[in-house]
Amino acid sequence: MDRIPILRMGHFLLVTIQVDLYDRLALNLEADLVQMVSKTSAQGVLIDISAVSIVDSFMGRIIGNIASMCKIMDAHTVVVGMQPAVAITLIELGLPLKGVYTALDVQKGMNLLTSMIGSQGEDEDEEEDDFDS
Amino acid sequence: MQVEKDQDVVPFRNRVKEFAVKIKMGLVNQTKLITAASELVRNMLKYANGGEIEIEIISRGRDNGVKLTFKDKGPGILDIKLAMQDGYSTGKSLGLGLPGAKRLVSEFDIKSILGQGTTITVIKWANG
Repeated sequence: MDRIPILRMGHFLLVTIQVDLYDRLALNLEADLVQMVSKTSAQGVLIDISAVSIVDSFMGRIIGNIASMCKIMDAHTVVVGMQPAVAITLIELGLPLKGVYTALDVQKGMNLLTSMIGSQGEDEDEEEDDFDS
Repeated sequence: MQVEKDQDVVPFRNRVKEFAVKIKMGLVNQTKLITAASELVRNMLKYANGGEIEIEIISRGRDNGVKLTFKDKGPGILDIKLAMQDGYSTGKSLGLGLPGAKRLVSEFDIKSILGQGTTITVIKWANG
């Protein structure tokens, strides 16, 4: 059966979605990712959707699910590389992807993840972290 | 085009895209149309076990558009007004499919007869 590969990079898991996801594939990814987070005790998950041209409510729900599941597994999720047309469509569809962290590209996403994990260890003396710096 | 299972969704979306590209629809409108089509075909699979979809190119004056007709022989929709509301779903989904799809296209028409099925027609103009 087809699967989306999940790469491990230090404390993070990296997923690049290069094909149009059909439902089965998306559900597999959801299950695989949560398994991998548990197996590797990863602290962050980076999902690159720069090659995805269509995100409908089902895919949006999967992304939301992945973020929520990883969260209760103590891992942060960042979605990167969303195409402008996809963003426009998602908002008009009525799916603002609440609770999902996003970044413009993989590099920025990595920085975001690193800073989120970094700020976890310290005392929460700052309310807002400046993720872009 | 006949749609019966999950795996038919992606080829169907690709067909819609071909038509949209043929009439030189912009990328944003293409994405909106394909997303709307994806929502509707998903509904069809989920509630009616699939059905038939017609894809055609239509024109109105100088404007071209893609018209999609989704026909299923499912259970039909009891209360269309309710089904068109955001967040209403009889299944376990977000309830965005129908109202969301309507927002994404230029024209949207739904007819449903209980026990006989549902027909949804949408039109997206290349410049609209």
